This record gives sequence, structure tokens and C-alpha cells, in this order.
Amino acid sequence: MTRYVLGRLFAAIPTIFLIVTISFFLIRIAPGGPFDLERPLEAKVMENLNKIYHLDKSLWEQYLLYLSSIAQLDFGPSFYFRDFSINELFARSLPISIQLGLSALALALVVGGALGVAAALRQNKPADYSIMAAATLGVTIPNFVIAPILTLLLGVWLGWLPVGGWGDGAFLNKILPVVTLALPQVAVVARLTRGSMIEALRSNHVRTARAYGLTSYLVVVVHALRGAILPVVSYLGPAAAALLTGSVVIETIFGIPGIGRYFVQGALNRDYTLVMGTVVVVACFVIIFNLVVDLLYALLDPRVRYD
Amino acid sequence: MSDITQEIGAAPERGRSLWDDARDRLLANKAAVGSMIVLAVITFLSVVGPMLSPHEFDTVYRDYVRVPASLEAYPRAEQVQPAFEKLAQRARFNIGSYERNGDVVVVKVSSRRAINPKSTRYFDRSDIFKNAQLLDMSDDKKSATLQADINYLHFYFGTDANGRDMMTRTFIAGRVSLTIGLLATAVAIFIGVLYGATSGYLGGRIDQMMMRVVDILYSLPFIFFVIMLVVFFGRNFVLMFIAVGAVEWLDMARIVRGQTLTIKRQEYVQAAEAMGVSDGGIVRRHIIPNTLGPVVVYMTLLVPKVILLESFLSFLGLGVQEPMTSWGVLISEGARNLQGAAWMLIFPSIFLTSTLFALNFIGDGLRDALDPKDR
Repeated sequence: MTRYVLGRLFAAIPTIFLIVTISFFLIRIAPGGPFDLERPLEAKVMENLNKIYHLDKSLWEQYLLYLSSIAQLDFGPSFYFRDFSINELFARSLPISIQLGLSALALALVVGGALGVAAALRQNKPADYSIMAAATLGVTIPNFVIAPILTLLLGVWLGWLPVGGWGDGAFLNKILPVVTLALPQVAVVARLTRGSMIEALRSNHVRTARAYGLTSYLVVVVHALRGAILPVVSYLGPAAAALLTGSVVIETIFGIPGIGRYFVQGALNRDYTLVMGTVVVVACFVIIFNLVVDLLYALLDPRVRYD
Repeated sequence: MSDITQEIGAAPERGRSLWDDARDRLLANKAAVGSMIVLAVITFLSVVGPMLSPHEFDTVYRDYVRVPASLEAYPRAEQVQPAFEKLAQRARFNIGSYERNGDVVVVKVSSRRAINPKSTRYFDRSDIFKNAQLLDMSDDKKSATLQADINYLHFYFGTDANGRDMMTRTFIAGRVSLTIGLLATAVAIFIGVLYGATSGYLGGRIDQMMMRVVDILYSLPFIFFVIMLVVFFGRNFVLMFIAVGAVEWLDMARIVRGQTLTIKRQEYVQAAEAMGVSDGGIVRRHIIPNTLGPVVVYMTLLVPKVILLESFLSFLGLGVQEPMTSWGVLISEGARNLQGAAWMLIFPSIFLTSTLFALNFIGDGLRDALDPKDR
């Protein structure tokens, strides 16, 4: 088990190296630089700035410098937020994004799972149809349409919730972004759970459990759900990627100082280190999350072993 | 010999191909047929709508900024007189008597100085009046009768914050969104099918290596790459769909590879091999055509994904640039003006969502039709 985990983490190193290399050269061959203002800076100032940020060295040297600093987990100074290093920016923004993403994921799993099970238990009845219709709606309506509508409804007209900002993580501030971020995933999870639950309810071991006269709670939750949850677990990887994507929009709409918003700002301002840092961090998250998903899978399904 | 051929020719009993069966199954699926009709209507509106619409998509109507969607024509009855008075003030006219006969406004105007006959253009230039004429000019040229037709315009979807017709803009946006959807999907399918078929057919080491590349690419945060590409290389229409297409080919490659692995064991492929057909020829002639079923299904599911991705980029301000527009751009403008101008969000959203809906249903229907054992 430990060996498997270590092996996977070791195998991730070339991937991350590749990501760093691709994004580094992609950014650098693009026209424009971080200090290209509308009114050009004085030549001397420009020269000093370039020297501080090592932009006067050759591209190859810069690349090696960046690699060595990233190996020490130092993402370098920000080009745009002049007084901050990327590590400082991430120290503030990453917890917010993680909190947002994990809350949305948890909400999606709980609500989506419950809806899916409820629909499966009432297969081809009105409740099933209405849940599935709502789920299809949830998948097709993009969250940048839902977000302003919810904001207007709950924030402006009813005045129950604040319309934006993070408010240092106040509970009321979190509700709207988390719900909007979770909604499409709720829909997907509900659809997945319904499908696999219907199959699980028809399977032999569940019929046996019923024949033993177990309570319906035991049958559904203990015996059927354990098998039915597997496709949902394997969806967690893509879900995490979707949440990362969604968080860019959600953080922009609600003005949340998370990593997604920093990324867009950084890209627009040619903040090389910020963009690179975000890409690397996000890639690490995706890799780690995929590993966790695989381990979770082995935990739930005794047929899967990593030895 | 000729008798036999004649006999066969006389009995035109045509066999039913698998495609015929699939088509019949698809046509029996009500949701899919309904979706096809919806999609056809939206496509038709997007292609032909802007030509039929009385407004250009980038014409600015300064007098009609953010007017609500309505079936009635603008200007409203109560708008005409204040608008006229305002224009008269600009033309330095004093209004004697204001009279309105149906669609024509007849006003006696006077001025302290001689009336310049060209001052009718103040009225012609506004969006509310047209064909302004000065009649019965008095001898001292200080009073006259001004007659102007009311210029009725329809804004069925309202206008945006710059006073442009939302209906035409929604149709034009549909053109852009659907085009990007189709082109990017074509790029993705092209790369994916070629890559997957090659990898699956060649097999062995090469297959392993090619799939390993796909695995690595899977773990890249692709949205971030697309954003990076678009930001750093300018907001270029062509670049955008190439970027999106280049991102979305991975699933396609996997699906086609899986199909290829089963197809290459078939007798007809072995026969072709035995006859000495080149690898490229086998892939092109025998393998790719037989992977088409899943490819078509995946395509209908990919188009909405791409449209959504384009809207997402446009929403962040990284997509199509003004005055061109796409559903994503319109929605992001609508979201900003939601309070007080809800129609700016509602109409593009309806078009986008019903397109996505329709494509999803068609995709599901196609999957059921082409893969009956799955039901």
C-alpha cells in the first residue's frame, strides 16, 4: 500500500516537470511582458527591473533558475502584486479556494447522492422523473447563468444573503458561491447514483439481503449503496477538475480572493510567476486528488488491491 | 447468367442496413426528434435571422438604450411628444401647437431667428422620427409647420446597454457559438480519431507510449492552459477553437482506440492485411469508418461542451470581441445588467440552454439508437 502510494507520487514528478516546462515556454514565447505599460518606463528603470526579476538573463538560464527555485517550493516574487511573493499570495488564497471547493464537493455528494437514491427507489414514478428533469436542467444551465439569477433573487430582492465578497469566511458569505459551484455537480452525481443504484437494487446480494428480512434501511444504505457509490467515487476525479474550472468563474462573479481569480488576473497582467504557480499548484491538486480517489476505490471495493 | 441477374433485379427486396435500423430507432425517440426540431429552428434563426431582422447587429439606437422586450412597436405613444420637445429645443424652435395624426406629427414651430431649412435633420437623425419636412414657411422665415413621420421600430427582445437590438445580436451570437462549437468539435474529432486509430492499430510499444502521453495530458489543468493561450496570444477567433479542440480530443482518442482494438481482430482487416494493403490504407479504409458510431454519439455530446467552454471564456472576457458577440458574451453582459434589464440575460440564456438541452437529448438518443444493447 505505502509502496503503491510512493510509486504513484514518484510517477507524478515527470508529469509536473512536463507541466512546468510547457507552461514556462508557452508564456515566454508569447508577445508582451509584465512591465509593458501604456507609457513605457524609463530605460534605466526597466533595466533595473529586468535585473531584479532575472529577465535580462537568457531564457534557458531563467528556466533553470525557475526549476531550482520550484524544487525548493519557492514560486518566486509576483510581477504584478509587487510587494508579495507568490507563496504569500497562495498562503492567503489557497485555503479559501480549498474551503470553497471541498464544501461544494461535499454538498454535491450529499445532496446529489440523496437525490439519486431517492429517484432510484421510486424508479419511473413522478418523483423520479422530476428529480431527473431537474438534474438535466442542472447539467445544461451553466453556472454563470445561475449565479447572477441567485444573486438577484436571494441577495438583492429578498436581501437574505450578501451578494459578494468572502467576509473572512463568514457562513452567510459562503452559501451562494458554494451552492452555485455545487449545483452542476449535484446534478451529475444524482444521475450517476440513480443509474448505479437501480442496478445495485436488482443485484443478487441485495435480493438475498431482502430475503433475510433486513430492514429497508440496512438493505439500501449498507448493502446497495456501497456498491452503487463506486461510479460516483470514480467520478470524483473529473468532478474535482470541474470544480477547479467552476471556481474561476465563481470567484470572479462573487469577488472571492481565491486562487482562480488570481489566475485570471495574473494571466491578464502577464504575471509570469503567478500564472506558473497557479498551474503547478492546480496540477498537483489534480494528481493528488486522483490518487486519493484510487485509494478510496480500493477501500470500498475489496476486489481492487494495490499490492 | 443474364436470367439470374434479371431475377435479382426484378425483386428489389433491399436489405435493411444497421444504419437504417438506427435511424428508425432514433426517429421513434420523441425527445430526440423534438430536440432535433428545436436545434434546427435555432440553427435556422442563427443563420437566416440576422438577414431577415430589420436591425443590424451593431446599429446603435441612442434613443432606445435598454428598452424592455416587447411585441409593441417603439416609440410608445407617451414618448413621442417629450422626445419632440427635446429635439425642438436643440433645433431652437418654439412649439406653437402640437398635433398628432396617427403616425404623423404636425407642429407649428417658430424661432427668433430665421429657420434654417436644414434643421429638419435634427429630427431625421433621431431614431424616433423620419421624413421631417418644413412646410408653409412664413415670409420672414421665423415660423413654419414641421411635419414628421414617427419611425416605428420593433425590439422583440429589447435592446442592450448600448441601444443595440438584442434579437439580432442573439441570432448573430448563435452563429458564432454554433460555428465555434462545430469547428472545435471537428478539430477534436480529427485529432482524436487519427491518434486513437493509429495507437490502437499499431499496438504494442507504440500504443503504450501514445496512451501514456494521453494519460499525462489528462492530468494537466487544461482550462488553465486554454486561458493562458487565449490571454497571451490575443483573442483570436481561430486560435480559440483550435485551443478548445486541441483540449477536447483526449476522450475521443481513448474511445476510438478501444474500438480499434476490437475491429483490428476482425476478418476483413486480416483479409486486407493478407492482401498487402498498407497500414495507412487499412486505418483509413477499414478501421476509421467502422468506429464512426461512437464517434457520432460523442460528437453530439462534445458540441455542447465546446459551446459551454467558449461561453465560459467569453464570460471571463477572454472570448469573442466587440462588436461581434457570442452567447457567452451576451450572458455576461446580461448578468451585469440583470437588475433592471433582465431581458438581456433571459433571451441569450434561453437560446444557449435550449441548444445545450437539445444536443444532449440528441446525443442520448443517438447512443440508444446506435447501441441497442445498452438499453
